[in-house]
Amino acid sequence: MNAELIHRLHFAFTVTFHYLFPQLTMGLALLIVVLKSVALKTGSERWDRAARFWGRIFGINFVFGVVTGIPMEFQFGTNWARFSQLSGGVIGQPLAMEGVFSFFLESAFLGLFLYGEKRISQTMHWFSAFMVFVGSWISGFFIIVTDAWMQHPVAYDRLPNGQFEVLSFWQLLLNPWGLLQYMHNMTGAVITGSFVMAAVGAFYLLDGRKTEYAHIFLKVGIIAGLISSILIIFPTGDLHGKYVARNQPAAIAGMEGLYKTETGAGMVLIGQPNPETGEIDNPIVINDLLSFLIYGTTKAEVKGLDQIPHDQWPTALPLLYYAYHIMAGLGTWFLLLMVMAAFLLWRRRLYQTRLVLWALLLSFPLPYIANTAGWLTAELGRQPWLIYGLMRTSEGFSRTVSAGNGLFTLIGFMGLYTLLGLLFTVLIYREISNGPQSASTDAIAVHAH
Amino acid sequence: MMGFLWFWLVAVMIVGYVVLDGFDLGVGILHLFLARTEFDRRTTLASIGPVWDGNEVWLLAGGGTLYFAFPLLYASAFSGFYLPLMIVLWLLILRGISVELRNHIDVGVWRSLLDGVFGLASALLAIFFGAALANVLRGVPLQDDGYFFLPLWTNWQTGAHPGILDWYTVIGGVVALVALTLHGALWLALKTSGDVGRRATRSAGPLTIQLAAVTLISLGATIHVRPASFDNYFNHPLTFIVPLGVFASLVGIGLFNRQGRPLAAFLSSCVYLFFMLAGACWGLYPVLLPATTGVERNITLSRALSGPHTLSVGLAWWTVGMALAIGYIVFVYSRFKGKVDLASADH
Ligand code: HDD
Ligand code: HEM
Ligand code: HEM
Repeated sequence: MNAELIHRLHFAFTVTFHYLFPQLTMGLALLIVVLKSVALKTGSERWDRAARFWGRIFGINFVFGVVTGIPMEFQFGTNWARFSQLSGGVIGQPLAMEGVFSFFLESAFLGLFLYGEKRISQTMHWFSAFMVFVGSWISGFFIIVTDAWMQHPVAYDRLPNGQFEVLSFWQLLLNPWGLLQYMHNMTGAVITGSFVMAAVGAFYLLDGRKTEYAHIFLKVGIIAGLISSILIIFPTGDLHGKYVARNQPAAIAGMEGLYKTETGAGMVLIGQPNPETGEIDNPIVINDLLSFLIYGTTKAEVKGLDQIPHDQWPTALPLLYYAYHIMAGLGTWFLLLMVMAAFLLWRRRLYQTRLVLWALLLSFPLPYIANTAGWLTAELGRQPWLIYGLMRTSEGFSRTVSAGNGLFTLIGFMGLYTLLGLLFTVLIYREISNGPQSASTDAIAVHAH
Repeated sequence: MMGFLWFWLVAVMIVGYVVLDGFDLGVGILHLFLARTEFDRRTTLASIGPVWDGNEVWLLAGGGTLYFAFPLLYASAFSGFYLPLMIVLWLLILRGISVELRNHIDVGVWRSLLDGVFGLASALLAIFFGAALANVLRGVPLQDDGYFFLPLWTNWQTGAHPGILDWYTVIGGVVALVALTLHGALWLALKTSGDVGRRATRSAGPLTIQLAAVTLISLGATIHVRPASFDNYFNHPLTFIVPLGVFASLVGIGLFNRQGRPLAAFLSSCVYLFFMLAGACWGLYPVLLPATTGVERNITLSRALSGPHTLSVGLAWWTVGMALAIGYIVFVYSRFKGKVDLASADH
């Protein structure tokens, strides 16, 4: 195994695991604000308890996000030293801003939200929920700006010693790639949040308990899920795809499995790319659709891999292709499911339709898969570049850290994260099976402490 | 000018981290010994519950600031100290998980396990941080390109090719362990009443004496290992105020603690940490990472500094952002001021 591969796997593994948590953090933060707002407005004790229940789940999830996030911050230096040395002046900036502008805010108000309810007014408690939401969404913004600069470098100059230097702070923050990516990614996070909430609601109904809370969770989860499932495809996914196609032709060709340049390119729905022959096996294709989606006309030419020098092809082509298709395929399923569920909700038939409740329950892992697949698409599509067009991945890793040392710590992370995963599952399951507490159990809990 | 400014801004972030996260590390080290019943444990942990995560953010924000202001230093040091940093990360993970999750678990055995993990991780982190600082003071075997890689240990000697751990860095680790344990004890004396508070006050006395002893030893060791650390002091004799400050704050800790003035004692401990770290930084300036392989390989301020526009833009948002952050921090601490009172807390 060579060192470059180890460092790539190291980063990929740790960041993929990390992102399992923030996506729920960011999605739930929004939904908790919704629950709190209804509670504050109507004075409903039940909505308040619902908010408190999700607050507890949020708290557990947040801890895992924090502890797995810290290694990410360090790994730029430990595993990608030469990349950091040259680009620190640019991307170190948004990364540091994430810490300064969002982590302080988030941790302060989360402490208040979780521990301080008795010490502050209800309005103030609503406000701390709101600030936690703002903090987590700012955090997502800065990290995406960082990633966006690697995907689509803007507003930079090079100093005589090779280092990158920011030319315009605002252009760095308002990188069009970043804005598109941010909208799409945050929508993805809301999908995760709403699917999880709806699934817990479905679980309670199918199990025949806590039905009054189940109704709240299903309502909020399905409405938010429907809206976000629409937005993820149109406009955010669509716009993002068009921008990728214009700026990273190799990535889009790899995502679509387009080995040959075509006018009126078709879209492959299903099929397996065959790197040996440069064709798609067992294809099901819709003619002209790809040209239409990217350029708005069925006649447009879409660049295939044949027009791209071989040393600039994405390095893991089949994986890139599958990741993209999994994301888009699941997106289609989310829309179908949520349209159906919302329709039943509106006709007041949802709570009796067990088949759809089962579908909602079993679908909760899928947004995690879709979000992970989306990131795989973005990061694999960028290869072989670390900073698109400017620095290759092979030039960026830490020369002084050998493959052996890298493998050692990668194995360490795998072991530790397996443990964390188990712990997380047990704790969350316990919270869900306890459920939102009624007034009497709350009182007992206080005494027991 | 920008170099001087950013050097001290990064130093301020490090001091902020050690002073704030330092007391919750200390509480972690001590809680196994001072808190014997479940009620006491809860009280002890409740004194840091709402703030420890925010305290740790100073490490992240400081790391981020270092990253963009001195990219070469960040790249070189983080990859060179690869193994100990990874261990630090694992410890931070275990520590965060164990302190937060104990309240979600109601089986006694698991709780005891988490308490033990929390204590051990806190102690090891304190030692690692002290050893890390000592590594920077001693210097590392930098190559021409500004990179190095340190094994965990070689022959335990300082010299051109030391390991992360040698006799000098072990002393650094012990100083940090004692200093942060004391810092935590003073925090508990301030924030808790009852058995825990009393035991904390009582343990602070002997700890202060031990700290004074190891501080002196570390001073002697530093003179021996890197005499150049004192050049700045002799060139600017006014700065001998730093070692005086260290001494005065130690006396302050001992006195105020004896007089039953926990706030003054805790603040003295903050001042101690401030002077120790500021003194170390001043001993280095303008070197950021000394080379054991020849002074011409030192990573200096001018060599590691980012481009001018990066730094001036950075200064603008950094000032605004940190002012806001300090606002929230003051707000949170003021909400949780006073002694911990479990009966009226809702967690
Ligand atoms: C629930 C999650 C989810 C769902 C259902 C979708 N996406 Fe997505 N997608 C993401 C979650 C995501 C993501 C994880 O959030 C990514 C990774 C990077 C980013 O900003 O968003 C992403 C990236 C991403 C990219 C950028 C790839 C690159 O940067 O090279 C494109 C073109 C699309 N998506 C397009 C779509 C389309 C056309 C969808 C239609 C169904 C779709 N996504 C559904
Ligand atoms: C949570 C979402 C993310 C996921 C799942 C993800 C996934 C990946 C994967 C799979 C790789 C390996 C690609 C390869 O080597 O072929 C990778 C590499 C990398 N990613 Fe990401 N990434 C995410 C977010 C980010 C962000 C936000 C940044 C920047 C701030 C980033 C920076 C990097 C870097 C520096 C590498 C290593 C170099 C490389 O292989 O290109 N990633 N990531
Ligand atoms: C290289 C990539 C990444 C780095 C360096 C990173 C860094 C961190 C760190 C250090 C924390 C802990 C903060 C604390 O102590 O409070 C954290 C948490 C968080 N991260 Fe990441 N992260 C990365 C990827 C991502 C991505 C891709 C997103 C989303 C778009 C994200 C969103 C968040 C959020 C919302 C939190 C706070 C909530 C939580 O912990 O669940 N991060 N991250």
